[in-house]
Amino acid sequence: MHLKLLLLPSFISALTLKLIDTMGYSKDQLLARLKELQIEFSQYEHPVVLTVEAQAKYVGNMGGVLSKNLFLKDKKHRYYVVSALADTEVDLKVLSQRLGLGKGGLRMAPEEALGEILQVPLGCVTPFAVINESARHVSLLLDQGFKTQKCCIFHPLSNNMSIFLNAQGLDKFLKSVGRNPSYIDLEANPPVGKDQPPDLAAFVPSDSPVLSDLPEKAPPSQDSTGKSVGAATNSAAVTAKAVKPSGNAQNVKEKPVDSVRPSIPAADAGKFVEELLDRASALLLSEISEDSIKQHGGQLGDEVANNIKKCLREDLKNLATIFKNTAYTEGFYAGTRYQPKRH
Amino acid sequence: MEKIEDKNQQPEEEQVVNPWEVSAKDGGKIDYDKLIDKFGCQRLDQPFVDRVQRLTSRPPHVFLRRGVFFAHRDFNDILDAYERGEKFYLYTGRGPSSEALHLGHLIPFMFTKYLQDAFKVPLVIQLTDDEKCMWKNLSVEESQRLARENAKDIIACGFDISKTFIFSDFDYVGGAFYKNMVKVAKCVTYNKVVGIFGFTGEDHIGKVSFPPVQAVPSFPSSFPHLFSGKDYLRCLIPCAIDQDPYFRMTRDVAPRIGYHKPALIESLFFPALQGENGKMSASDPNSAIYVTDSAKDIKYKVNKHAFTGGQESIEKHRQYGANLEVDIPIKYLSFFLEDDAELEHIKKEYGAGRMLTGEVKKRLTEVLTELVERHRRARAAVTDEMVDAFMAVRPLPNMFD
Repeated sequence: MHLKLLLLPSFISALTLKLIDTMGYSKDQLLARLKELQIEFSQYEHPVVLTVEAQAKYVGNMGGVLSKNLFLKDKKHRYYVVSALADTEVDLKVLSQRLGLGKGGLRMAPEEALGEILQVPLGCVTPFAVINESARHVSLLLDQGFKTQKCCIFHPLSNNMSIFLNAQGLDKFLKSVGRNPSYIDLEANPPVGKDQPPDLAAFVPSDSPVLSDLPEKAPPSQDSTGKSVGAATNSAAVTAKAVKPSGNAQNVKEKPVDSVRPSIPAADAGKFVEELLDRASALLLSEISEDSIKQHGGQLGDEVANNIKKCLREDLKNLATIFKNTAYTEGFYAGTRYQPKRH
Repeated sequence: MEKIEDKNQQPEEEQVVNPWEVSAKDGGKIDYDKLIDKFGCQRLDQPFVDRVQRLTSRPPHVFLRRGVFFAHRDFNDILDAYERGEKFYLYTGRGPSSEALHLGHLIPFMFTKYLQDAFKVPLVIQLTDDEKCMWKNLSVEESQRLARENAKDIIACGFDISKTFIFSDFDYVGGAFYKNMVKVAKCVTYNKVVGIFGFTGEDHIGKVSFPPVQAVPSFPSSFPHLFSGKDYLRCLIPCAIDQDPYFRMTRDVAPRIGYHKPALIESLFFPALQGENGKMSASDPNSAIYVTDSAKDIKYKVNKHAFTGGQESIEKHRQYGANLEVDIPIKYLSFFLEDDAELEHIKKEYGAGRMLTGEVKKRLTEVLTELVERHRRARAAVTDEMVDAFMAVRPLPNMFD
């Protein structure tokens, strides 16, 4: 009797954790999606494996080529999945330089990141993890060696199965989640210097990661690595994203149906007007003080009105232009997908 | 016939200004008077600025007031035509070589937005991804990707989507655009293009045949979906003065193929933080303020890396005042501080030694932070769908409203 009671709480908390984790795709959901997209693949179940060697024991002789998958992180908390043929030599120092991160810019990502960002278990890094919304900003580097193979082997979000497909199939999948598949020569070691920009710089994620749970170390500005590109993890950038004047009506999507594209932010008239009123009233309040009342007396109204117009004119026009552009984009998006009337 | 610069005649000590290289004589400052003289363009003086104010019924942009846009070709023709009720369109562009944009990159776009608003005219923006693919040896995909990323920062400058068409060369070249490219190419001999741009026998043919790509957006017939039936619409090109060679070539060719010469309005170079002699470089993040810099980064860069004209000690400074000629914070403020009176005050006090460098730097940090923050907010509202809409080949029925 007592034993059962002891086991119950831990079982429940495990279950709760699973429920909280609704955003992560399961292996079955991925397989269903591949079938939906009519991608040719085969699958093989086996005991859980944590390494390529272990995986090779089960599927090494089935005619496909194994992949090794690394989940990496740079000093500015940007993440990368490097997916290569098991035999390809991957030198993290060279890769780091080619990305423009300097010599020691790349490390293996910590275990927690695996669960939080890729939402896969340990030993299960796979390019398919980018189906998860949480992995939106993870950069994917694919070995060009995949392109010439008839059949490549990956984990489908869990390590008790391997799936076999070719690069075209992988491409189709990646395109369906809004990614542009791009293959590179992972073994190349081009010189990187003043006149030879890092050739893989384009693969460094540009958007700041939206996750703020991960501990953020304030990076010193004297970063000797090549570029101070985009992905600032400081709070200013994250706040900037959150304070979109046009608002974001359906920010959180439970399960992306057709693609993992971010939702089109709605041109929200209410939010827009609130923003305008906030700015105007803030300025108004700052203009009215004991001093200004003394100074202008009855003319204070005119004075304040003129100042508000002068100070806010450009700002408000800019906000209005953003609103207009957002509304136009919504219309354009709808227009390009509208179905003509059937006659 | 206008002077077409012959690069091969330049002696070594002279300053070099062309689309791929900008360097002053003996590592000093760029001599803009000499440049105007050599290129054969005109100074944009105060009467012009006043005329723009009259015609547009609004205060002229800070870049006009401070002489940032200081030279032009045929801008008076544009204004004359505008006064008669004839419209024009704007053409500007960017070579997407890097993802990191700094304030210097934004300057032509900030000015172009003002022109669009003030004159109520349409705008085409060319992203020369093919050029960067060729000159910087980027892959086609990378240059296309950079073009889209840069487009987002450009859109964040506040262009009106109902009057703006953004295009990348890889996407758009073809059709009427390509027909014009061939027409232009037929009018420029190999020797001429070598003379203008300095190509050598070792340069690949992609480079040699690129100039028409940047020339033809000056002709309205390159955009049949926008300007069909408006073959005589004039074109005004805001750009930095190092782009002048492309458009000298274009202006030379235009009348021969029956088109108006495009007008130009040209800007100074934006100085690096370390001073006029320094070079802004993508590999030195401390040479410029990037649009992705945090308030902390900006404060650090201005405090630690901005070259000042202040004296070494406070006593000396109070006595002699600051050297405004070389002071970078003052230069930057003259670009970005809107209030003329405040700028004059700062220059007077700092030049006399009554205001200290620290104070000037503090004000600069405020101004830059506000600018970058505004840009970031606007950038955050730009989605991939918005980029698609700006870049769609679509009519712009309200482009002159």
